Amino acid sequence: MSDKAVQQLATVTIRFAGDSGDGMQLTGNRFTSASAMVGNDVATLPDFPAEIRAPAGSLPGVSGFQLHFADHDILTPGDEPDALVAMNPAALKANLPALPTGATIIVNSDSFTKPALRKAKYDADPRQDGSLDGFKVYEVPITDLTLRALEGHDLSKKAKERSKNMFALGLMSWMYSRPLEPTIEWVESKFSAAPDLVDANVAVLKAGWAFGETTELFDHRYEVQPAADLPPGLYRQITGNLATAYGLIAAGQLSGLPLFLGGYPITPASDVLQELARHKNFGVATFQAEDEIAGVGAALGASFAGNLGATVTSGPGVNLKAETIGLAVATELPLLVCNIQRAGPSTGMPTKTDQADLLQALFGRNSDAPVPVVAAETPGDCFDAVIEGARLAIKYRTPVFVLSDGYLANGAEPWLIPDVAGLPDLSADVAFAAARHGDDDSFQPFTRSEATMARPWAIPGTPGLQHRVGGLEKADRSGNISYDPENHHRMTMLRQAKIDRIAQDIPPLAIEPDSDADADVLVVGWGSTKGPIKAAVRRVRDEGHKVAQAHLRHVNPFPSNTGAVLRRYHRVLVPEMNTGQLRMLLRATFLVDAVGYNRVTGLPFSSGELAEAIRSQVHQPHEGVEAT
Amino acid sequence: MSDASRVSGGRPGQATDTLTRKDFASDQEVRWCPGCGDYAILATIQGVMPDLGVSRENTVFVSGIGCAARFPYYMNTYGFHGIHGRAPAIATGISETRRDLKVFVVTGDGDALSIGGNHLIHAMRRNVDLTIIMFNNQIYGLTKGQYSPTSETGKVTKPTPEGSLDYPFNPVSVALGAEATFVGRTIDNERDHLSAMVERAAHHEGTAFIEVYQNCNIFNDGAFDAVRKNEANQIRLEHGRPVRFGAHGEHGVLLSDGCELEIVDVEGAEPADGSQPGATGRRVAAESELVVHDAHREDASLAFALSRLSHTPLGPTPIGLFRQVRRPVYGDELARQLADAQLRKGSGDLQALITGSDTWRVGGQRPPSPTP
Ligand SMILES: Cc1ncc(C[n+]2csc(CCOP(=O)(O)OP(=O)(O)O)c2C)c(N)n1
Ligand code: SF4
Ligand SMILES: [Mg+2]
Repeated sequence: MSDKAVQQLATVTIRFAGDSGDGMQLTGNRFTSASAMVGNDVATLPDFPAEIRAPAGSLPGVSGFQLHFADHDILTPGDEPDALVAMNPAALKANLPALPTGATIIVNSDSFTKPALRKAKYDADPRQDGSLDGFKVYEVPITDLTLRALEGHDLSKKAKERSKNMFALGLMSWMYSRPLEPTIEWVESKFSAAPDLVDANVAVLKAGWAFGETTELFDHRYEVQPAADLPPGLYRQITGNLATAYGLIAAGQLSGLPLFLGGYPITPASDVLQELARHKNFGVATFQAEDEIAGVGAALGASFAGNLGATVTSGPGVNLKAETIGLAVATELPLLVCNIQRAGPSTGMPTKTDQADLLQALFGRNSDAPVPVVAAETPGDCFDAVIEGARLAIKYRTPVFVLSDGYLANGAEPWLIPDVAGLPDLSADVAFAAARHGDDDSFQPFTRSEATMARPWAIPGTPGLQHRVGGLEKADRSGNISYDPENHHRMTMLRQAKIDRIAQDIPPLAIEPDSDADADVLVVGWGSTKGPIKAAVRRVRDEGHKVAQAHLRHVNPFPSNTGAVLRRYHRVLVPEMNTGQLRMLLRATFLVDAVGYNRVTGLPFSSGELAEAIRSQVHQPHEGVEAT
Repeated sequence: MSDASRVSGGRPGQATDTLTRKDFASDQEVRWCPGCGDYAILATIQGVMPDLGVSRENTVFVSGIGCAARFPYYMNTYGFHGIHGRAPAIATGISETRRDLKVFVVTGDGDALSIGGNHLIHAMRRNVDLTIIMFNNQIYGLTKGQYSPTSETGKVTKPTPEGSLDYPFNPVSVALGAEATFVGRTIDNERDHLSAMVERAAHHEGTAFIEVYQNCNIFNDGAFDAVRKNEANQIRLEHGRPVRFGAHGEHGVLLSDGCELEIVDVEGAEPADGSQPGATGRRVAAESELVVHDAHREDASLAFALSRLSHTPLGPTPIGLFRQVRRPVYGDELARQLADAQLRKGSGDLQALITGSDTWRVGGQRPPSPTP
């Protein structure tokens, strides 16, 4: 154990940054794992370039991983890092603007060579020109210390240098009192085929720790106690994409339907296809199609044939799928469409987050083609959002959008592992239409259930139910092609009413627990902004202001009490990482004078900026009529 | 598992002895233009269905958009009238997951080769178990007569008043180039040939592609008359037989020294017009020199060369089965991978999956202490 003084902290945000080849994502993930194991609450924000390998040492090649850990429940990956580990000058330059004054900076001093400074577009060495005044800067010759730790190991110099991220991890683990065991175990299983790599990585990891312990540079370290307010139970770390994949597998299991995923690789959604492909023993069939159109087409065909058809993509892929989603609306077949939103328009910023595909999900098809929309709120919540999406798709025989985003997809959080026995049973809603025998040709594929307005799901192979579906308008009940004006009106209204009816089958919009009943201001969001909004509301309430928060999980249809909730408050603030899409819907649907806080940076909101936005609403004078 | 459980490796099969052509006709009124070639194709295919040994409920017709694509509405089977060009994609999802079904795709030249060209070629290279029947009328029928990717260059249509600039696709060449394992060509009004082709295609394991010359009497009447109405121009391909054609078999196909296929007059066979072999300036060759058609050759080069004998159907044109080879079927291989995974790992345990191996307990056991 250390002899140095230990300072207790409640919450810490650190950022690892280096070249994309430096292994910063791995370092961040291991640190996160260890922090979660200690019992801290954690939230992460990986931030990597779209280029697989931008030129080494260049600014576009900088890869970063921010994580926030605390002794209480936290809601965001942290606004500003308390500490930055910069493995090269480019990483320092790219991340310096994010640091508050007084932050700790640990630089790999070996990397500050003339050529490296030039590649980072530094005219002068920032360590000498005053750029770092006001920060606590520690210069550590990480490369050199790594090589020294590996003296006598039979590895090339290049291979040795490659483990310098382990030195940084060891040092930071010492500084924040993280255990090394979880990382050592991980290294052992990861490199089980190459014992010399295990030895090398562990040696460097321990050298990093020992350096912290012995060097005079640092006179104390920190500790963050386990979070006491997390609900008890068994936890694991989970990212949104992993939770999405698990949600899809669970939806298949819970419904008893074989899951069929038709996809096409696209950032940040590809992980889901890849993860599912590893679980064929759950009866999961995955299909990498020739494009997004074929991916969703095959999924719809699979649904017609009695599978749970699903597709996972990002905005540009949704564009391509639009016509098929419309076909699913017309044929009234279940289909899950998961959109892991990314910054646009067009190709935009593939690795950056955004929540600007909401109106696309609602309206991105020709004509009146209503589709339910469920939005995930946290990485772990992607699991439940997908199951909820599947429930609606199966029960109401409709395509359903499940919206996630780049922040949820790659961000991680501790996840209270659900008890499978407590998950909803989706099998009763499957209810395939039963065979008919004899000469009875009277099967009518467009009759509807009283309760759900859903039509029968009559799958091929069922005797006596031969029928044809398609995109041409169908006659109510018989399902024959119909151009009858009154029929088209009726079918349009029926399709809309079926989706509207879902409002009765979802939980009412709730005011979040940490809200003031008598607040003037209601903050309403949807999707991944829930954590940052909650953190901001907390801050503003701690300052003594009254604020309430509500978060929409179902964005189409809205819960039936939504209008009533909104009208209870004088002011409604809608923060969104888009130009005001939910706000437009709320204003149009409920005639409330909602105002927006809208910023699109490709990064999640910081709670600081949201707190500022809320304050500006709290301080507005009443426009109420109660004159004195 | 539900009724929809995947039938690994299973093949559609159920006695249909008692069914007749009429049992495969739906109650929907057929709405093509009077005289359209589609009628003959529909009647012939309905007539073949009872011989395939597949029940109505295990048969699915999938289509895109176009006149041809209305086909599924007229079949008393399961049917999916999709969107323009995407039928192979939809059908792929059905065929891959339900090996107990027999899946047909009916498509037009625009649907298959223009908007849906991508899906068509990829379905073929994957060898998805589909019988794809493309009605080629060298025109967009449903949208009232625009030129299609198979229309001849210079085609005058409303969007091409001075004639089209496009060079046409030869669908058989496209299919062969896309690694299709079964490629055939037939003609709408050649009932026996058409039904034989459909039957063979339906029994093929993997993607079978058939091009049907179909007369659109409204927008492209007579496009195939040179072949449809003149049997002498039909080079009927028969596996294992020398490639000969003409009323008396007086013409044949020979592989020249320059490695090109050449049409020749056959020694000893009297041309139908009573002239002498070689009178038209064609080379005269003995039957033994002719190319012997081998539909089952792994290498598709010869089939491809045959498809190039006529780029447009204006002269002697090969009809029949160009190629049929065996290759693993996508759906079967997928079913095998699924079954293997279950054997290897056992049926999935959802709780174990979502729990994973890196867990910790909150509100119990102490977290590990921070020592190296
Ligand atoms: C996305 C889309 N684009 C265009 C159309 C219009 N459209 C319908 S059928 C068709 C062409 C059909 O031609 P072909 O496939 O040759 O079929 P045919 O009518 O000749 O049988 C077109 C362009 C459509 N329905 N959908
Ligand atoms: S337009 Fe041509 S292809 Fe279409 S139905 Fe009429 S004749 Fe047939
Ligand atoms: Mg056509």
